[in-house]
Amino acid sequence: MSSARDTIFAALKAGYRGRHESAATVGTDAHLARRAPHLVPARAKPENRKAALAQFTAMAEEASATVARVHTMIEVPGAVADFLRAHNLPMRAVMAPDPFLDAAHWERRRTLEVRKGRAEPFDEVGISVAWRGVVETGTIVMLSGANTPTTLNFLPETEIVVLPADRVVGAYEEALAPLRGTAEEGAKHTLPRVVNFITGPSRSADIEQHLQLGAHGPRRLHIIIVDDQATPA
Amino acid sequence: MNAFSPRDFKANALRALADPDLQRALGNMRQGFIERRRSAAARLPEFDALRDKARDIKQHVIGHLDLYLEAFEKSVVANGGTVHWAKDGTQARDIILNICRLVGAETVTKGKSMVGEEIAINPFLEANGIRPVETDLGEYIIQLRDEPPSHIIAPAIHVNKEQIADAFRKHHRDLAPERPLTDRGALLSEARRALRERFLAADVGITGANFLVAETGSTIIVTNEGNGDLTQTLPRIHIVIAGIEKVVPTLDDAMALVRVLARSATGQDMSVYTTISTGGKREGDLDGPEQFHVVLLDNGRSALIGSEFQEVLRCIRCGACLNHCPVYGSVGGHAYGSVYPGPIGKVLTPALVGLGEARDLPNASTFCGRCEEVCPVRIPLPKLMRYWREREYTQKLSPPRTRWAIRLWAFGARLPALYHFGARLAAFWLYRRGKKGGGRIASLRLGEGWTRFRDFPAPQGKTFQSQWRGARRHRAAP
Repeated sequence: MSSARDTIFAALKAGYRGRHESAATVGTDAHLARRAPHLVPARAKPENRKAALAQFTAMAEEASATVARVHTMIEVPGAVADFLRAHNLPMRAVMAPDPFLDAAHWERRRTLEVRKGRAEPFDEVGISVAWRGVVETGTIVMLSGANTPTTLNFLPETEIVVLPADRVVGAYEEALAPLRGTAEEGAKHTLPRVVNFITGPSRSADIEQHLQLGAHGPRRLHIIIVDDQATPA
Repeated sequence: MNAFSPRDFKANALRALADPDLQRALGNMRQGFIERRRSAAARLPEFDALRDKARDIKQHVIGHLDLYLEAFEKSVVANGGTVHWAKDGTQARDIILNICRLVGAETVTKGKSMVGEEIAINPFLEANGIRPVETDLGEYIIQLRDEPPSHIIAPAIHVNKEQIADAFRKHHRDLAPERPLTDRGALLSEARRALRERFLAADVGITGANFLVAETGSTIIVTNEGNGDLTQTLPRIHIVIAGIEKVVPTLDDAMALVRVLARSATGQDMSVYTTISTGGKREGDLDGPEQFHVVLLDNGRSALIGSEFQEVLRCIRCGACLNHCPVYGSVGGHAYGSVYPGPIGKVLTPALVGLGEARDLPNASTFCGRCEEVCPVRIPLPKLMRYWREREYTQKLSPPRTRWAIRLWAFGARLPALYHFGARLAAFWLYRRGKKGGGRIASLRLGEGWTRFRDFPAPQGKTFQSQWRGARRHRAAP
């Protein structure tokens, strides 16, 4: 091991002189194995599904996202086209190659040109699928993976996210729980390369403390909630 | 760039007070941050309980930093990443340069990182033929202006839009010189276009970290622009630089801290992007970096463990103490001559660069206590500043006249009779002096530090204690 590492640990150990070492190890191991949120605010515990969706929508809109709601996947391409038309955007998008989105039958809407893959610099609109929506702050949670490239969330000026209603949860920790596994699984368990919590479109207040949308990431974030869909992935 | 040292604090502060551009810019801050934090806190009934929780988590980590760092290292390696340890800035810079050289890097994009500023990575890379490009809008502006950040979350808070336009005209040479750059939107769009090209050309992306998660070997960044995510997604190599105190045990701990971070910093409920990164590109991934490196920097932090200053390691760099500090609000960040300005800088800087160099900083406080009041992890900043003042005295760093005055006062304070006599004498003498000036004293020998800038209000002639005794006698006799 490197000498810098040894030096740093020696300095730390010197600071911990007098600490009961075996108790410290037991304590930290127990803490690392814990899988329990600390203090979840009441606003992250909606009474029922209806309240959850209403609050998610309100919070997302407060963060300058826009939210649409459709009944089934088959209506999603229409909702996408409506949004693009309303904002005078091209009917062309790059889309996550997620089989989940196939149920929307994009090929039936001929005016909308969709390419599957990761986003390239010239792409103006990206479409992807959310892993979860979080009521607490109107946040969507996106995972990296072969079916959901991360560039879709950052390169295009317009980001459209499909969120199945049954993937809406209360608190951040609920979105992470299925990804973490139990402590016994230990090192075998691995998070996706990237988990993105996204709350509204990109923004900056670096010019005279004046908030502007669309700094480097998307200028627009449009969330399409689909009521009647399959269970969480 | 002007000489940047905490030694010049007093001269810099005077200059800052007389700088109309800076004073206008600071005015924006006073209205913005404070009100937004207040309303974010008011919207969340659990906010103060969450701050207690945040404090407890970080305090627990401070007691077990070695064990959690070992666990973090193990998890990063298990996910295919590499951990590098750096005792100081020199080692950290060399590690980063070596990684860049191994992949033949020509351009490096950077997300905002205070540790990056602390180790002055940009001039070092430049000197070694690698072009570093800051991608956070504020950092980009000050990189073009060749100056250090003046705030830990709003690095260009001291700059006005006219000055930004000047910098853009000077550096974006490929654009028409006569283009209009009067409104903020035009400035943002121009920066967005200029930086897009840099993002795509970069070989290496460097980001900081708000948290390191021991449980999963993840690093977490919290941003609003999305520049940090482009920085770490597009190049082949992702390097994370972070101080060793950034480690937390689990994702539950990280989420508890996330709940207080943005609310304290910008007054948002949640920053736009909170990104958890674990290792490099996986099989089948269509994007993302091939390599994931974490450089862990000590640079004086480990020496604070077990000392009276260790609570400062709880800091999550939200900037709330800067935003609420009357001294920072008057002189801005550059006056401090330190990467970390404001109250947190007054405690942290002497630990990083030595008290001899930074002894003016812990003294630049009225101890009004607002910094401690708003700190999301409840760091007792005034108390820690007082500890530095004590050390300044015991290490004989303060000027002889100050030390002499403190000794004299300490001598008197131990003898109540002498103290009262002296106080009565002084009060009477000041009262007489003040009579001529209508109750105000314009200049005072040995008190020039005060009277050079403002009048000294003269006392009424009697000490508090004698007035108190008088009032009690008055009440006792009906």
